[in-house]
Amino acid sequence: MTAAIELEQIDKSFGSVHAVRGVSLAIEKGAITGIIGENGAGKSTLMSILYGLYHADAGTIRVDGQPVRMESPHHAIAHGIGMVHQHFMLIDSFTVLENVVLGAEGGPLLARGTSAAQAELERLERDYGLSVDPDALVAELSVGEQQRVEILKVLFRGARILILDEPSAVLTPQETDQLFRILATLKARGVTIVLITHKLREIMAATDRVYVMRQGEMVAERATAETNPEELAELMVGRKVRLQLDKAPPHPGEVRLGAERLGLVDRRGVRLLDDINLDLRAGEIVGIAGVSGNGQTELLQVLSGIRPPSTGTLTVCGRRVDASHPGDPAEMRDLGVAHVPEDRLRQGMVAAFRASETAILGYHEQSQFSRNFLLRQPAVGAYCARLMERFDVRPRVPGLRSSSFSGGNQQKLVLAREMVQEPKVLLVGQPTRGVDIGAIEFIHRELVRSRDVGCAVLVVSVELDEILSLADRILVMFAGRIVGEVAAGADERTLGLMMAGAKTSPASPFRPKTESGSSGRKRKRGKRARKEKRRGGKR
Amino acid sequence: MNARLPLPAWAEIVLLPLVNIALAFITVGIIVRVIGVDPLHALELLVVGAFGSPESIGYTLYYATNFIFTGLAVSIAFHGGLFNIGGEGQAYIGGLGCGLAVLAFDRYLPIWLMIPVGIAAAALFGAAWAAVPAWLQAWRGSHIVITTIMFNFVAAALMVYLMVNVLIAPDSMTPQSRGFAPSAFMPAMGGNALNLSLALALVCCVGVWVFLWHTPWGYALRTMGHNPEAAVYAGTDLRRMTMLAMCLSGALAGLVGVNELMGVHHRIVLDFPAGYGFAGIAVSLMGRNHPFGIVLAAVLFGALQQGGAELSFDIPDITREMVVVIQGLVILFCGALVHLPRPWLQTLLALRRPS
Repeated sequence: MTAAIELEQIDKSFGSVHAVRGVSLAIEKGAITGIIGENGAGKSTLMSILYGLYHADAGTIRVDGQPVRMESPHHAIAHGIGMVHQHFMLIDSFTVLENVVLGAEGGPLLARGTSAAQAELERLERDYGLSVDPDALVAELSVGEQQRVEILKVLFRGARILILDEPSAVLTPQETDQLFRILATLKARGVTIVLITHKLREIMAATDRVYVMRQGEMVAERATAETNPEELAELMVGRKVRLQLDKAPPHPGEVRLGAERLGLVDRRGVRLLDDINLDLRAGEIVGIAGVSGNGQTELLQVLSGIRPPSTGTLTVCGRRVDASHPGDPAEMRDLGVAHVPEDRLRQGMVAAFRASETAILGYHEQSQFSRNFLLRQPAVGAYCARLMERFDVRPRVPGLRSSSFSGGNQQKLVLAREMVQEPKVLLVGQPTRGVDIGAIEFIHRELVRSRDVGCAVLVVSVELDEILSLADRILVMFAGRIVGEVAAGADERTLGLMMAGAKTSPASPFRPKTESGSSGRKRKRGKRARKEKRRGGKR
Repeated sequence: MNARLPLPAWAEIVLLPLVNIALAFITVGIIVRVIGVDPLHALELLVVGAFGSPESIGYTLYYATNFIFTGLAVSIAFHGGLFNIGGEGQAYIGGLGCGLAVLAFDRYLPIWLMIPVGIAAAALFGAAWAAVPAWLQAWRGSHIVITTIMFNFVAAALMVYLMVNVLIAPDSMTPQSRGFAPSAFMPAMGGNALNLSLALALVCCVGVWVFLWHTPWGYALRTMGHNPEAAVYAGTDLRRMTMLAMCLSGALAGLVGVNELMGVHHRIVLDFPAGYGFAGIAVSLMGRNHPFGIVLAAVLFGALQQGGAELSFDIPDITREMVVVIQGLVILFCGALVHLPRPWLQTLLALRRPS
């Protein structure tokens, strides 16, 4: 094997945290190398060192056999290394071409640089099959297309070695598959690719060789063809992990939450939810599958009282909610509806608050936390400590800022907060988004345990595997409607087709589409653009 | 480029503001030097002018009282994610409320009743003046920064109209109301302008601290400030919370009227807020939006106000305008450029630490 990049004995500490400990690896030229590890294992730090964002405390980097010093990303780019970040660095209101040219304008007059760039983009499209309309506004592109722009940006700067940091974190399963097809094409054209991820499925699907990191150390190296997900999971976590979930058959009881012809129309008249009928019974887990942006977010908002329905009725533990009798989140919570939101950082917690303050979000007016108009801080701290104990949140420090916890621990804290209240109905959005394997196993077991004590659980997830292993019944959403219901254990292909709007059960004259449906997509674009803006504005 | 570690808490709270103040004074020193005055001599006069005698300390604290009120007003709104630029107008209208209550009742009520009524009226009018922009923000989406700024002008115009046409004392040539009866005099502390309003201001500090960090409403308010979506998720009505935050903010600003009118002027006069409302933004920023920090920042601003006046009195070369420049520089370094020295401190502290 010829190595494009060799790292030797790389060491890096941040204060007292030893993030990378004497790591060595070789990245083969023209192949896809995966680096897998849990959040915080040091993968991103290692790649940031390679890309010149951080300096290693010790160790050498060799590109094509020559030792190099990576002082800054400029050096890395000069050596043909490009990085596609997890969070896109694109300007929404610029066109694709403008974004690609940004930082490489080639002179004070934009016109000359852009016409050269246009020609170069066409060449890249020809060579690598990366098609994006150069004149489209980035805000109007789907997330998958935006990522393609990021890749184009890197290739445009002459990169021959591509580092992708958790590229699928923001993608739907379909978009992830598309990305992998693109990576395969790039590889066939001789581009060297490094894929950083914590998802086993992606390593197995896309890479030729995989390195496993744990707690800052490189613990194993395998040819992908000679390993399996179970072995990798064990190497990552450091103990045996059960990827299969054991659960007993459900014992559904009375209907706790019923939706009848539920509809939601936004201010501009766009139909976000249409004719939703569903019954959620005590003691069962109902899974909502679908490509993200097909109304799942809105469904959770309506069911949890954040948005009132425009049409139809919702019956929650005996209370009727409709357009003229809207509920609010506080009332829903009092009725026994707990809600673990899809995006914990944006909704489920306040990053700047102490963990103990996050632990009472939404329950802060309960008498156990406030008496005589005063918050009982000691009681809040003790309560948080109990939650952390029960759900194994680490580190167990109620006074620590919520943002200092890893994604998995944040999620466990939010789940703990909602589940310890022993709700009658539990709404869970993306239970394991950005969560490590070890924590996923735990979260799934807790959800099943909740079901077994008689809670009605609704799980919304874009991870098909998760829905398949958790749910007792699966409803598929497409373009704001529930297009079908299948029993647990349905095959993935059928579900995938239903998610793409190509198939409904029972069979109905639904227009088949090759890719994910356009209407679902359009809505996602708008939403994503808004989200990005909001986030941008906060920084 | 190296990843910088966040500053430890002590450096954030104590060291950074001190470095900011030092930078401001060094810059001031250079300017004072340029106009031909010995900077150390000027500094000495400034400090003696602010803290040199019981009387000067009294004035410093009297000014600080106003800065505490307006600083607290800015900070409580800020914790709710709202930038209240209208402290000036709210203080003005708060004074109007205070004055109206006194003019209506000072002949009938004893002092122990008159003063609470005056305070309540000031708070109420200040809150009402803040409630309008708050309502516009909550229900109509008009940006609070714009509306509160405009309400400052409306307040100033309204006061001129009222003082010239309505409230002017019958035999007066200047636009001011009749004098208050002694039952409406805020008890003085020491011989000069300093009065019991300082105690009220300190009580407000404790009150704001308890409210923000030890009540469920303060908790909800801070949630809204940090993450409005999480606040909605938690069941907080953002409109009502916006109203609450702004009304409390306006009430605190309105209390400037108590210190000024019941404490010193003993009548309604024009232009008594004199920029305290705007300086409150700098006080709050410098005090890290925390009541304790605000007290410290307010004392610094009070000292600059008092010491600066003495300075221009003693050294003719340093004019009144020059003192404003000095204050401006302190606001610049402690407010606008508050984060300027942070990377330097981070690098410095990182050197100290074994890596």
